[in-house]
Parts: sequence; structure tokens; C-alpha cells
Amino acid sequence: MPANRTIQPASQSPGSGVPVKTAAKLGMVSCPHCATLWEDVKAHDRCGRCGAGLHLRKPDSLRRTWALVIAAYIMYVPANILPVMITVPFLGKEQQDTIMSGIIYFWNSGSWGLALIVFTASFLVPLFKLAVLTQLLIAVQDHSKRHLLLRAKLYRVIAVIGRWSMLDVFVVTLMTGLIQIKGFATVHPGEGIAAFAAVVVLTMLASISFDPRLMWDVTEHEPGRSYE
Amino acid sequence: MREVPDLIACEECDAVYRKLPLGRSEVAFCRRCGAELERDRRAQRKHVLPLAIAGLCMYLIANVFPILELELRSGLFSHATLIGSVRSLRGEGMLFVALLVLATTILFPLIQLLALIYLLTFPIRFRRFGHPTTFNLSGRLIQVLRPWVMVEVFLLGVIVAFVKLTSMATVLPGIALWAFGALAFLLTAVFSFDPRCLYISRCGYKKQGK
Repeated sequence: MPANRTIQPASQSPGSGVPVKTAAKLGMVSCPHCATLWEDVKAHDRCGRCGAGLHLRKPDSLRRTWALVIAAYIMYVPANILPVMITVPFLGKEQQDTIMSGIIYFWNSGSWGLALIVFTASFLVPLFKLAVLTQLLIAVQDHSKRHLLLRAKLYRVIAVIGRWSMLDVFVVTLMTGLIQIKGFATVHPGEGIAAFAAVVVLTMLASISFDPRLMWDVTEHEPGRSYE
Repeated sequence: MREVPDLIACEECDAVYRKLPLGRSEVAFCRRCGAELERDRRAQRKHVLPLAIAGLCMYLIANVFPILELELRSGLFSHATLIGSVRSLRGEGMLFVALLVLATTILFPLIQLLALIYLLTFPIRFRRFGHPTTFNLSGRLIQVLRPWVMVEVFLLGVIVAFVKLTSMATVLPGIALWAFGALAFLLTAVFSFDPRCLYISRCGYKKQGK
């Protein structure tokens, strides 16, 4: 295989952004599961080592990611408006908490550190994730060559932080499980928490279905051509 | 279809590199986008099986005993286990949320641990590969479930709930809370294990025959 001789060894200092040959250009496909590289792959071939399906790029990546992101935007509204937790004390008025009012409660009661953690996990992270995914999708569709390295890093960040938004779901679960005390108070989950959980799941699925290689494909080929 | 054994492609930008022999605990990165290409894990390899078994023990404790206990001045008492909380969620009509919590904190960690222990014992230790589908499926399960195992996020949730409750009543951490802490720590250590090693002889495990 003549292509071999011109290929550089893997680097041990990350991200210097030099031009390279891609597997797609060399006619190779790497297995998404075990990373074995194959050449002369035909449609519907499976990896000879681990049996995973081989695709040049994740199938239907842009369409699937758009669908999931849009669904997440829609669920984001009820997640923030509807109450996530309803506290009914034995005596007195019932209290409805939204995501934001829970954070404000922590802030006012002096637990600033906790308020910041919950604010980051429940408010900043989902919003940041949606914004970044939208931006990545638009940039790929525009065949943008700008800020490739930055976009690669952003993708890596949202893939890691997304799961931490589940925090509020777990808090409501525990409160519901613990406070079912007759003669004191009961806690009920509100519809908001289901919408919020849906946002977390949808954005996680979106970042999994997005194929970051699509961003780099523009550096290889004339605009308009896509590997999808 | 032919295998290209001496090259590796970056998962995030598709750049192709010649594989380098990695020294102990060395990591190879992509020159173009900075993603991790390969990591040497020989140093951790020996500890994975005992840690996974310890994780399974912690898992059992974490799911049987209460996580938080509540004591009121009036003498009322309440405690919550994880599965009990999931059941009361379902009782409130929140089936989707209940299933999600069940999956991310109870089912997926167990499946992942069992798949890992299976891979580390039968194929690796005893050289019994069994049916290739079982082998491949276990490896793939570990990889696919990775983002959905949320024990450490749950742990942070317990801490937040703990602080929330201190204003209402006396809260005591249950045994399961410590077990969950240990489990989160062990899972992180254990899943530095990369199931890819099973397919690449260079990691020290050799897959025999076919």
C-alpha cells in the first residue's frame, strides 16, 4: 500500500492543527467500536474483529442531530416554566418549585457554593449544550472552515458535561422518596422534571449522533460534496 | 475487505496516523484536532478485576440500605433507598423519570460491571471465548452504556438533597451513601479499562483463534 509511506506517526503533543491525510480519502473506514481500520469496505460490511457495522460517517448524522436538538429546544420551555417539585406541608400552603426557584432558594439561604453548582448543572449546561450543538450543525451545513480547532474542543466539552444536568432529576427523586411523611409534609414531583429529564436525554442523544468528522471534511473536498 | 493493522484513524477528524509503540502510560493525540488516539493502559490492567468485584459488592450495599435518614423533632422517622424513591416516583405517575433514574443508577451500572467481569474472567483469564456474539456484545455494551451510567451525578444529587433537607429536619447519611461514594470511585477506576484492548494484541491480551 503506497499511501503508507507518507503518513506521519501519531503525535504525542496535541492539537497543532497540521494538514493530514484522512481515512476517507485513502478509502479506509475505521470501526466505531474497536477502532480497527479497514480498506475496500463495501456497503453493509461489518467489522471483522468486533462485528460492529462499518460506516464512513455516522449514518444520517445531521438530520438525526437536528431532530433531537429541535425536540430538546421544545422541551426546554416547559422544563423551565412548569414546577419540578411540589411540597405540601401538613399545615400551611403548598409550595411549587421550578428549576430557577430552587437555585434562588439556595442562594438566599446562604449556600452559595451549592447554588452555583446547581445553577451550572441545571441551567448553564443545557443552554450551552443546545447553543453549541446548533452552532456546530450550522457550521457543518455552511461548509465553514473557520475555528475548526475551537469547534472540535467545544464538541469534546459538551460530550463530557451533558450528563451532569441529571442532577436536578436525582434531587427530586430523593426528595419524593424521602418526604412522604403523614403529619409533616409530602413532596410530589411536578411535570417540569419530566420535561427537564427529556431535555437532558435528547441533548445527550444529539451529541452522540453528531459526527465531528463532518466538520473536518470541508478541508478535504470541494464544497457541496458530503460523505453522509 | 482488508484490515490495515499498522495505521489508526482519529475518531473525531478522520486523520490517519502510523501507530507508535507507546511507553508505559503514554497517550497518543491527533496532530490536527487534539483528540486522543490511543492510550497505554498496561499499568492499570492488573487492578481492574479486583476493583470490579469490589464495585459489585459496593453496588449491592448501595442498593439494599437506605441512602438518607430523616428524623423529626416530633419523633417521626423516614428513610429512603434508591429503589424505594424510584417506586414512589412511579406511584406519582412519573413513569418516564422513574425509568430513567432506574436505568442510569441501578440497571446500567450493574450491566456494565457484569459485562466487564465476564470479559475479564472467561475470555481473558480462562481463555474461554464462548460464542463470539457474547464476547462482542459485552465489549460493546460497556462502551455504549458509558455516558449513561450516572452514579457520580447521583452522588452530587444526594449532597444537594442533603443540604436542602437540613433546614427541615435532622438528616443522617445512610450506609448506602458511603457505598455509593465508593462505587462512583471504583467505577471511574474500573472503566479506565478500554474494551478495545480485547481486540488489539498490543495491549497484552491476545485473542486466540477465531
